[in-house]
Amino acid sequence: MRLYLAVAAGGFRRYAAYGTATAAGVFTNTVFGFIVAYTYIALWDERPHLGGYDQAQALTFVWVSQALLAAASLIGGGFQEELQERIRTGDVAVDLYRPADLQAWWLATDLGRAGFQLLGRGLLPLAAGACAFTLALPSDPLRWLLFLLSVALGLVVGFGVRYLLALAAFWLLDGAGVNLMATVVTVFFSGMLLPLTVFPGGFGEVVRLLPWAAMLQVPLDVLLGTHAGSGGAVRALGFQAVWAVGLLGAGRLVQSAATRKVVVQGG
Amino acid sequence: MAETVVSRTGAGAAPGGPGRWPYEPAPGRGGRLREGLRGYGLIVGMWIRSTMAYRASFLLATVGNAAITVLDFVAIAVMFSHVEALGGFTLPEIALLYGSCSASLGLADLLLGNTERVGARIRDGSLDTMLVRPVPLLAQVAADRFALRRLGRIAQGLGVLGWALSVLDVDWTPGKVLLVPVMVVAGAGIFGGVLVAGAAFQFVAGDAAEVQNSFTYGGCTMLQYPPTVFGKELLRGVTFVVPLAFVNWLPALYVLGRPDPLGLPGWAAYLSPLVAFAVFLPASLAWRAGVRSYRSTGS
Repeated sequence: MRLYLAVAAGGFRRYAAYGTATAAGVFTNTVFGFIVAYTYIALWDERPHLGGYDQAQALTFVWVSQALLAAASLIGGGFQEELQERIRTGDVAVDLYRPADLQAWWLATDLGRAGFQLLGRGLLPLAAGACAFTLALPSDPLRWLLFLLSVALGLVVGFGVRYLLALAAFWLLDGAGVNLMATVVTVFFSGMLLPLTVFPGGFGEVVRLLPWAAMLQVPLDVLLGTHAGSGGAVRALGFQAVWAVGLLGAGRLVQSAATRKVVVQGG
Repeated sequence: MAETVVSRTGAGAAPGGPGRWPYEPAPGRGGRLREGLRGYGLIVGMWIRSTMAYRASFLLATVGNAAITVLDFVAIAVMFSHVEALGGFTLPEIALLYGSCSASLGLADLLLGNTERVGARIRDGSLDTMLVRPVPLLAQVAADRFALRRLGRIAQGLGVLGWALSVLDVDWTPGKVLLVPVMVVAGAGIFGGVLVAGAAFQFVAGDAAEVQNSFTYGGCTMLQYPPTVFGKELLRGVTFVVPLAFVNWLPALYVLGRPDPLGLPGWAAYLSPLVAFAVFLPASLAWRAGVRSYRSTGS
């Protein structure tokens, strides 16, 4: 456990080292936040209570999405490219020799990275949004605690999906195509383009059950207190936990299949 | 012209003889621009050949590239399943804005998009290698890892634009017909100027590639919605400070016969090519200044 905490701290510090890149990211997230916020105002002016949100809740959705964007690696970034590169070059053989679990190692690194980006790239855009628009941020500390828990579960779900993608490199060698397709799917099905509650009919219902919903839509619903159904937040967190456990388990299975495939070339 | 150069000297062993560097500085006036274009063409040709070595991967990436932007438009269509109009604009009208700006950005991204890698090259020191080659640095940086898959976004943008033009009820005049292709190309020019300025900025700021995303991808996200959606301050900013409004808003409003919210006269719609030039000039001067101030990291 101590080891993985150290690994996570390393992941945090590594991203903290790039000050200019973080500042550039904060700027970009803020600019996008303003643009999307204006389009949402136009949309919610036309259709108040669309998707079950009032305008302040919709704007909160925009700004919290921008704040979570980098942490949850919704448009790429994160660890998977690095792991794919290690698989392609064969460096992963060294990782497998280490007295640490491969999956847990990368999970710790990625959570460390996400932790930094939540603070470094999350707080300032959200503050900018709260200054410029009326947001529906809760004042109840318990709600914030549940939100943070939900974000953490969402990060693990995101890791679970990306770990499977990274392991695909054992068979595909080049991960570029898969990563691109994964980004497409993530952006659309996480609720980043449009809240998933706005998606119509049966399509919307299916979309809200997929693991990508656990990455952004569910944490936001927990924050806004709008999660549908009985049990509210507890059910929402349960939904995330089921996906997190399932995906991590699938990752283990694929990992053991992949490591049996590894042939270490001498030299 | 650059293409013919590529095909003549394209093969690994150039017809000039074994081991001969296929590049010869072009003499005479305007030589530097020709040199730049020729170098750009050679590097682009090399990257295209290397891409085509993995044809299936290339096809997948191109389709993926188009798919990202298709889902963008699907999200707008989902919005329109709930509303009749957004900011007073109908779906085909928004498709005109969306398609034109997507095609422009795609074109600029294809031709110049990789200039954003200059920050990474400054950091790892590989820019030094480029400085000693006898090809203008901007041409090398722009052609670096040329990504033909970006044709995907251009195709998707032109597709949406074509659909919009076929369903819109426009009162066509020769001027308006001419304005549509001019809008796409000049828009690409404006985005290209922003990309070069962004690359120049990285000489000062280090790894700040994301800032230019605010103006390119962020700008395009904004331009795909009608100007009536946004506040007047923002409109003034993107008309007079970073003149993104000339990418497609002003020409498209003129084609649609709608007034500009800032009250600019109709002929402003035809200014896009001039604006593209006006953006490119300071951007290229900034690039020169950036290159002159460059100090290697020494690693």
